[in-house]
Amino acid sequence: MSALLEVEDLEISFGALDAVRGASLEVRRGETHCLVGESGCGKSVTALAVMGLLPSNGARRAKRLAFDGKDILGLDEKGMSRLRGDRMAMIFQEPMTSLNPAYTVGSQMAEVLIRHRGASKRAALDRAAELLARVRITSPGMRLGQYPHQLSGGLRQRVMIAMALMCDPELLIADEPTTALDVTVQAQILRLLADLQKDLGLAILLITHDLGVVARTAHRVSVMYAGEVVESSPVDRLFHRPMHPYTRGLLSCVPVPGKIRRDQPLGSIPGMVPHVTRGFEGCAFRQRCPLTRPDCAGPIERRHPDPDRDYLCQIAPNEMAAP
Amino acid sequence: MLQFLARRLLVAVLVCLTVLTFAFALTRLAGDLAISIAGPNSTAEDIEVVRKAYGLDRPLVTQFFDWVSRAVVGDFGRSYFFREKVSTLIFDRLPITLTLGLVGLGIALSVALPLGVISALREGRPVDRIISLVALLGQAMPSFWLGLVLMITFGLHLGWLPISGTGTWQHFVMPGTVLAFSAIPALMRLTRAGMIDAMSADYIRTARAKGLSRTSIVLKHAARNAAMPVVSIAAVQLGFMLGGSIVIETVFALHGVGFLAWESISKNDFPTVQAVVLLLAIIYTLLTLGADLLNAVLDPRLRAA
Repeated sequence: MSALLEVEDLEISFGALDAVRGASLEVRRGETHCLVGESGCGKSVTALAVMGLLPSNGARRAKRLAFDGKDILGLDEKGMSRLRGDRMAMIFQEPMTSLNPAYTVGSQMAEVLIRHRGASKRAALDRAAELLARVRITSPGMRLGQYPHQLSGGLRQRVMIAMALMCDPELLIADEPTTALDVTVQAQILRLLADLQKDLGLAILLITHDLGVVARTAHRVSVMYAGEVVESSPVDRLFHRPMHPYTRGLLSCVPVPGKIRRDQPLGSIPGMVPHVTRGFEGCAFRQRCPLTRPDCAGPIERRHPDPDRDYLCQIAPNEMAAP
Repeated sequence: MLQFLARRLLVAVLVCLTVLTFAFALTRLAGDLAISIAGPNSTAEDIEVVRKAYGLDRPLVTQFFDWVSRAVVGDFGRSYFFREKVSTLIFDRLPITLTLGLVGLGIALSVALPLGVISALREGRPVDRIISLVALLGQAMPSFWLGLVLMITFGLHLGWLPISGTGTWQHFVMPGTVLAFSAIPALMRLTRAGMIDAMSADYIRTARAKGLSRTSIVLKHAARNAAMPVVSIAAVQLGFMLGGSIVIETVFALHGVGFLAWESISKNDFPTVQAVVLLLAIIYTLLTLGADLLNAVLDPRLRAA
């Protein structure tokens, strides 16, 4: 299957700060691609850059940024705004503040269809009610007339999802959609996203720092560290045999029933994410890496243990001991 | 919503009653009214006659309740100085003041809102700085001076506008502009601050993610949330324009309520002073009430509170 979203060598900078340094990833039609990493590694800005929603002090460059085979790097704001909300949609981490407090749920949902399809208000509201039911909100007709402050966080996130689906997008970018929600609500939202994807053939780029979420939802995973994609792999093989030392460190931090022993402490990655300044060379993980060697300070090679896997490390697959 | 309305109305009535009491008390504190009414060359007997004639010899409480019971039915007595009913006096002049205030507010809003929005969208850029500077100059400019400059320029040299009186709409252009000048800086800065705040909100990012047009993002999603403090201040500004335009009414010889207030204070015409103070208090209260209601329309969260 062809890639719906192709990102090659994406660089994002805010003034002198390089937030993303050459990230590449592909999201195929109908698959869930998880972007994983700790806070500040550049996951969210990558998503914003794809949508063309970077704040005005952020600059993006890339070798290639294409949606459905067509370049979107050269599109101006007007061209991007035609894609956004129509063929690519996004939901955010902050359901409490992402809806406009001054307008009803119905009017905020309807305007998407009115804008992109020139639908009538009536038709748009019908569609909104249908989608509210689709995201399992009870009495959708009544919800249309409600204001965001009358809804709980979980409901608001459902409204955001329903709103994102108004125009049947091909790509949904979800930036930590469950982080701000209760654990039980988290599970419901994730199940909802998985169902929607199966039913609608949606491609999802899911940003998360929760490996449990990754294990449950992803087809493919890209692990980001300090502005780089350090490993990209189908999900089963990533969990089965992580290659990059950072991925291994991340996985060792998660308790897996049956795999860990009661008397053994959980793993942790010592140290902090380094402050990567311009002109930084070598592997950004080397100060925290248990396998570091002198050549980690030089240019790092991207290795391909399988045709559909890659990781950014000096250590070749055959040198890498099983975790 | 009904509960909200009822509570606001109750507060408004209480405010008016308080002002009523203060207006009465303050005029009595200004000195012996009988002496000032009788005039500087009157004898002690004259003063006693005046005191009796105006009922000033009665206990204060009696005078107060007498005045209040008449005031609530619109009877403010007769002016000591103008020898006319106070209500007639005020209602003759009210249209002038209202027109002037509304013209002033209209000019102020039509200048301040666009400038504030432009400033916010160009935050920190030269345009923003120039607008802020102009607003600062406007605020620093004394209104009587600006009034005179406008009169000399547009009235005398160019001859485009009449310089005094109230005959036509042209008469209100210059005083309205001068009045607007004092309100523009505050309105502009509030609009700017509100828009900057709103434009950086999460829901604006959502609106952009939905692919909405720039116009819709700025004028629909951001402006409605930025409007509330502007509405509140605009109401206060209008109240100020209606009650505090004495200087401008004097400069342009507009005989409105402000001018009447000034005259009656200087003449110790206390029935008129009391009535004007009460009227202005009611106007202020109504404006604030109106602003609260408008804000409740703008922000659904307020309706629940």
